[in-house]
Amino acid sequence: MAAAEKPPVSGTGSVALDNALTWVDQRFPLISTWKAHLAEYYAPKNFNFWYFFGGLAMLVLGIQIVTGIFLTMNYKPDSNLAFASVEYIMREVPGGWIIRYMHSTGASAFFICVYLHMFRALLYGSHRKPRELIWIFGVLIYLVLMGEAFFGYLLPWGQMSYWGAQVIINLFSAIPFIGPDLSLWIRGDYVIADATLNRFFALHVIAMPLVLLGLVMAHLLALHEVGSNNPDGIEISKHKDAKGVPLDGIPFHPYYTVKDIFGVVVFLIVFAIIAFFAPEMGGYFLEANNFIPANPLQTPPHIAPVWYFTPYYSILRGVPPLFNSQFPGVVAMGVSVMILFTLPWLDRSPVKSIRYRGPYFKVALTAFVVVFLILGYLGTEPVTVWGQFGAWLGHADRATVVARICTVVYFLFFVLMPWYTSIDKNKPEPDRVTYK
Amino acid sequence: MSDDKKVNKGRRNLVIACGAAGGVAGVAAAVPFAASWLPSERAKAGGAPVVADISTLEPGQMMTVEWRSKPVWIIRRTKEMVADLARVDAKVSDPKSDVPMQPEYAKNEYRSIKPEVLVLVGVCTHLGCSPQEKPAEDKGEMGADWNGGFLCPCHGSKFDLAGRVYKGSPAPVNLEVPKYTYLSDTRILIGEDTKGA
Repeated sequence: MAAAEKPPVSGTGSVALDNALTWVDQRFPLISTWKAHLAEYYAPKNFNFWYFFGGLAMLVLGIQIVTGIFLTMNYKPDSNLAFASVEYIMREVPGGWIIRYMHSTGASAFFICVYLHMFRALLYGSHRKPRELIWIFGVLIYLVLMGEAFFGYLLPWGQMSYWGAQVIINLFSAIPFIGPDLSLWIRGDYVIADATLNRFFALHVIAMPLVLLGLVMAHLLALHEVGSNNPDGIEISKHKDAKGVPLDGIPFHPYYTVKDIFGVVVFLIVFAIIAFFAPEMGGYFLEANNFIPANPLQTPPHIAPVWYFTPYYSILRGVPPLFNSQFPGVVAMGVSVMILFTLPWLDRSPVKSIRYRGPYFKVALTAFVVVFLILGYLGTEPVTVWGQFGAWLGHADRATVVARICTVVYFLFFVLMPWYTSIDKNKPEPDRVTYK
Repeated sequence: MSDDKKVNKGRRNLVIACGAAGGVAGVAAAVPFAASWLPSERAKAGGAPVVADISTLEPGQMMTVEWRSKPVWIIRRTKEMVADLARVDAKVSDPKSDVPMQPEYAKNEYRSIKPEVLVLVGVCTHLGCSPQEKPAEDKGEMGADWNGGFLCPCHGSKFDLAGRVYKGSPAPVNLEVPKYTYLSDTRILIGEDTKGA
């Protein structure tokens, strides 16, 4: 029997605890799992600020699951009751308001952490070989998270819930031939109705979270298979001691668990300040129009998605219709997300980290971040926000023209990447990680 | 079990065949789940046609009825409004209504069965918002050459008094004319164009 061959657990300082852990360990891979993923998972010793956000994203996932479970205890997924049940949670359920604000703030916090986590990958080449699958699982997490956020946003059944969902589901109508039937199938009615709300509720509280947890597991297992990247973008597995431990690696526990606890404390302070004092975040986290019950016969004067979708919304809006169809914009928006999957193969640079990259990549990445932020801002505003150009540009909306330019830059960042990364003047990588 | 490393072709084929049969069964099992997302009988009943009584609708007035939870506008245009439609032909992107956004019987210069009475689904063809009425008097907001029509508050699409989209609007096509039929001179059935069906 394999179990009997395992050595007994020792060293907890308590014979009773040693015996209990030994009993469990002979029936469950307790010690080996603990060692493989924490005590003897060797992470590079030079992690910096950017390495907080993966762990923080997991923390937010935990917050969302716990607050979400408690919200479902009072929420009613019924188009006649949903709006009032959210107000009931806010006004009459003891503690309900803070649970709901934690959940709504958590949604934005999740995207902030995920965006910074993805940016970290771009900075240090964490998506490059041999970590392509980690990246792919990560992009899948991002996609599922978008679905989760979209489905969840309908549930309060406010004006913005309703009309935001209307706009997004109508995107599917633009698909040639099958579009109208497809959007009818998604809605389950001729308009967004009770059937839509009910199925979105099921997807939001069961289907998407399950998929999300599975993907997070796969993301971590793939990471622990190949080991973590680091700000120098070099492999610590190249230099190991006699026991096979990387010379530049330190055990995840206790070193990085302690570091992450510090990050968690700072994060929770900021999170609490927002949840208590600015849960609406000036209309960016909770939109003003969503405090009005959904009304299918009256469109709010300005419809904008929540901030985390706005870069893609700008791309959708910026692409002009072709052959009387919205479809090109929908395709451009879809491709702008899907193109992330190809990133590990588009990057041809011999170095991974921004520290040793040449000027071309630095300029390209800066331009990408700038246009992403501009697109994000424009997506929150009506197209008329910056007025019109003069007659020389046919009185075109300034914001639309800027969004189109930014959209082109967004795609050029990816399309030209094989070229500018292969001719860039990189600096030599060090042999060992740099650590001050 | 034999120690022979060679694959037994017959057994391998049986495994493949069973696997394929299982796969087909698995796909078939997905049918009721996918079907459950189609509109239910109740939703279909809720999408039934509605009758609008236009006996009290004066020239120049507009009324809204709800059909499939969408606003359907009925506008009794004045003679001048109908005559003015030709004046914006050059400014709208599909003056002849070539894109099938209306039943065949409404594919004419008025986009309606009777020239005066216009029936439109009041949902913007861009991203599904509901446009707002902007009468010809709103020249201050809409420009000196505005002849009356509709403005979508979401992304600024403009439509004329036949629901035709102005050039340069984000909306790709004209507003939809639903199927409709006259039950009598003053009663319109919206959503169905065969009497008694």
